[in-house]
Amino acid sequence: MNYIQLSYGDLVLPALLVVMDGALSIVLRLRLERQLAIAAIRMVLQLVLVGYVLTFLFAAVSPLWTGLAAFIMVLFASQEIVARQKRRLPGIWDYGLGAGCTLLAAGTVTMLALLTELRPDPWYHPRYALPLLGMILGNTMTGISLGLDVLTNSLVRERAAVEACLALGGTRYQALLPVIRDALRSGFMPIINSMAAIGLVSLPGMMTGQILAGVEPVDAVKYQLMIMFLIAGGTGLGTLAAVLGGARLMTDHRHRLRLDRFPEKSI
Amino acid sequence: MLTVRGLKRLHICVSFDLRDGECVALQGPSGVGKTLLLRSIADLDPNEGVVRLDGTLREAVPAPVWRKRVTYVAAQPGWWSDTVQEHFTGWDDALPLVTRLGLPDNCGPWPIQRLSSGERQRLGLVRALMLRSRVLLLDEPTSALDSGSVAAVESLIADRISDGTSVVWSTHDDAQARRVGSSIFVMSADGDIEENRP
Repeated sequence: MNYIQLSYGDLVLPALLVVMDGALSIVLRLRLERQLAIAAIRMVLQLVLVGYVLTFLFAAVSPLWTGLAAFIMVLFASQEIVARQKRRLPGIWDYGLGAGCTLLAAGTVTMLALLTELRPDPWYHPRYALPLLGMILGNTMTGISLGLDVLTNSLVRERAAVEACLALGGTRYQALLPVIRDALRSGFMPIINSMAAIGLVSLPGMMTGQILAGVEPVDAVKYQLMIMFLIAGGTGLGTLAAVLGGARLMTDHRHRLRLDRFPEKSI
Repeated sequence: MLTVRGLKRLHICVSFDLRDGECVALQGPSGVGKTLLLRSIADLDPNEGVVRLDGTLREAVPAPVWRKRVTYVAAQPGWWSDTVQEHFTGWDDALPLVTRLGLPDNCGPWPIQRLSSGERQRLGLVRALMLRSRVLLLDEPTSALDSGSVAAVESLIADRISDGTSVVWSTHDDAQARRVGSSIFVMSADGDIEENRP
């Protein structure tokens, strides 16, 4: 494998393009220059930092450090899920549900891939475990936050229908089933769309990366297919767990709809 | 016999008995808590107090079973499917009641969107009556109806009462309260009820 290495100096010219965006913003009074500058600086710092962290992790190959890195990734993912919700879940579940479900889903499929197909030595080698987890985490997170958002919003909108079913002696699962279905469908849509569009509309980043690094396109495709299958499985598992868990939190043991537990966030 | 002792929900605190085959009219100004009271008896909202049906504690049976026996019917019933008949477990069995309340017998496949509020109210009532509950908690069941339909609903419920069903009937219509209720509970702003025997 051979690939064209970049030095930091090679990045100056492309970075000028961002400066050009900033100049545009000033000239056209878009007032985006501040946000743009902060975002660009954040990106540089975060990525350089991650580069060094990964270098350290790859050298250490320690289950402890790899596990810690994975744990922090899950925390950031659940933070992102919470930020995308219009309503708050009660108590520790606000973070706990998202974190638990991403960990369960992304963790399970990552382990599946590591232990059955990729089989790196050792199986927790961070060069395989962390990129895999990251890609699955990002997509699972999208499915979960969409599913939860649709679940809470539909419950508020469909309150009369849900309570009619409850009042007629329906269990909480019978009453919530139409809403649960909607939430699951929304959670699944992004991965279905991206599977349908992949290769034609979008060339996935990982595959492009492997090709740039000198891997044969057909081999890169195989890797990408595996990742997509893992993502589809992770999204399914995670969205299902989050929506069912959310439905349980929004009702109580007496099969009552408890919207009082879900205050709208004051923004 | 439904017994309610110290039922508390927000400002409401009431106790009363409801015998089999008895109908009580529940009155009081809007916003006083009539709906809250009816919902609480059906255990649709968190509440405190001792509620028994024939001596059996509400908490001793699963909530769905309780609500099949003690059924709350909202003034504006909700709908979870697209067509009328999807809301009934046995649409053919419901047809006699549907026609008795003045609705056409071919309204089964109608989309819910097409129904007027009066049609929705009557169909919501029929849907609840199919459960043959021991106690019916009717929340302004004729608020959207013309006088002919009101009479049909009152006569249908009267039949159920003579079969032994107990009813709490909330209404703003004083004449209706005297017609349907063997006694009248008047709810006041402090959350208590006072009994008026007509």
